[in-house]
Amino acid sequence: MSLLSISAMQTSIGQYAILHDVTLEVPEGGVFVLLGRNGAGKTTTLRSIMGLWRPSPGSVRLRGQDITGMHTADIARKGIAYVPENMGIFGGLTVAENMVLATSKGQFDAARLKRVHSLFPALEQFWTKQAWSLSGGQKQMLSVARAIIEPRDLILIDEPTKGLAPAIINAMAEAFREIAESTTILLVEQNFNFARSLGRDMAVIDDGRIAHTGPMDAFAADAALQDRLLGLS
Amino acid sequence: MEKLVNTIERLGGVNLLPVALAVVAFVLIGNPSSWVTLTVAGLAMGMMIFLMASGLSLVFGLMNVLNFGHSAFVSFGAFVAASVLAGLSGWLSGDSIMLGALALFLAVSAALLFGLIAGWFFETVIIRPVYEDHLRQILITMGALIVSEQIILAVWGGTPTAVPRPDFLEGALIIGDISIEIYRIFAFALGLVVYIALYAVLNRTRIGLLIRAGVESREMVEALGFRIDRLFIGVFMLGSALAAVGGAMWAGYETLISPALGGEIMIIVFIVVIIGGLGSIEGTLLGAIMVGLVGNYVGFLAPKLALASNMLLMMAILMWRPSGLRPAVK
Repeated sequence: MSLLSISAMQTSIGQYAILHDVTLEVPEGGVFVLLGRNGAGKTTTLRSIMGLWRPSPGSVRLRGQDITGMHTADIARKGIAYVPENMGIFGGLTVAENMVLATSKGQFDAARLKRVHSLFPALEQFWTKQAWSLSGGQKQMLSVARAIIEPRDLILIDEPTKGLAPAIINAMAEAFREIAESTTILLVEQNFNFARSLGRDMAVIDDGRIAHTGPMDAFAADAALQDRLLGLS
Repeated sequence: MEKLVNTIERLGGVNLLPVALAVVAFVLIGNPSSWVTLTVAGLAMGMMIFLMASGLSLVFGLMNVLNFGHSAFVSFGAFVAASVLAGLSGWLSGDSIMLGALALFLAVSAALLFGLIAGWFFETVIIRPVYEDHLRQILITMGALIVSEQIILAVWGGTPTAVPRPDFLEGALIIGDISIEIYRIFAFALGLVVYIALYAVLNRTRIGLLIRAGVESREMVEALGFRIDRLFIGVFMLGSALAAVGGAMWAGYETLISPALGGEIMIIVFIVVIIGGLGSIEGTLLGAIMVGLVGNYVGFLAPKLALASNMLLMMAILMWRPSGLRPAVK
């Protein structure tokens, strides 16, 4: 059984239909990459899974349990974390306060906190600083760190490399590889090289529909398919 | 220049504005005793405005609700407290400070309780159906303010209502040439206690952390697993109760109140929330003190400009800092 099953999901924002028919199976473990052109519906797919926009009709199941229509907070408590495109950090709160909010009981598990600090040493260094004062890369690290401070079944990550320097992107890729050893990541990404270096399985969304699914290696080897679906050549 | 800016930031940044204002006023007024009297009056007025505005700031910041009916809680708080004090007038004029203090405590508590209950009712019946729709919020809350004024008119009548004060808060402290009204000291102290309590809740508790985070991004707090909608009603009730307590204190300050009180105070409250920065308790305090001080200083130096002074202050601050002095969201 897949970890996440999305079936015939349709989502509209106001009068505009964004997702027309998204059907997707995300297997447990590793990084599953969702690729697509700008405006294809990648972010809407993640937000619909998270309950931030209500899909109708269609269904979303986590380990077989229907989570369609659930409140976002309840979906999060089922074990899904969300790292949005804008990082969603609370700038007026310190790094420590941002992190403690991501814990269910307001206390850190010492081992997990140690792991977070080893993955992202800058966060330990700026622990008591207000988050707005962090650099773009550090904010992204904080956003990801919040997602892994508690055990999660699935982490939804939306375009984490956007606007980051190459050195930070490499560090982020390393971190994602380590995180994916113990949890599943559904990664939305436009940077194909970054996505290819991480993804085991992948899908392409085009105009609100899943246009292709399969192993990343096969897709990476098919230049014609890449060109047709993503405009890469 | 950059060095000067850094030094000012290190010393407190925008928090120094009231001090700078007081120094400028001292030079312009020239008379130390008048300056002290005006400064204490401005601080007391600022603290009462802070009580009335702090709830609106949180509601605005956390819930993204434009509640023009907020000042109805101020009016009701004032009239409820006035009624309790009038009913216990025998306790106010006696020799016993204890009885006078008890009457005052009961009056403020009645306003607080009324604010909590009315806040719950207002949020559930009036605000909840119009979340996410600012135009309908403005229309419905303005309507609620008008209705509440009519209710006050029906219950307490149209003639101004006198507000008795306990004897121990009457009179003034005389130090040399300086005269300071005792009620103003009391109003300042109560406002300070409320500010410290609010600050502690917001900065030292998990609920406070959720409120501060919710002011920045409600969506992200929910994505972290918290039902922030359940916090809304609590924050709304607290904000309404604080407004009612502010109204009770204002009633004692004015000693004569009319049903139009809420409408009159609404503009000042909104100015404070806007210049302080939405959702920020520290900003609201700073804005309220600035408004209190400017109102008193300008009223003394250029009485004809007194009414326009707060509007000019808001325009000047917004031109300098469009998000207010200390916005919660950076």
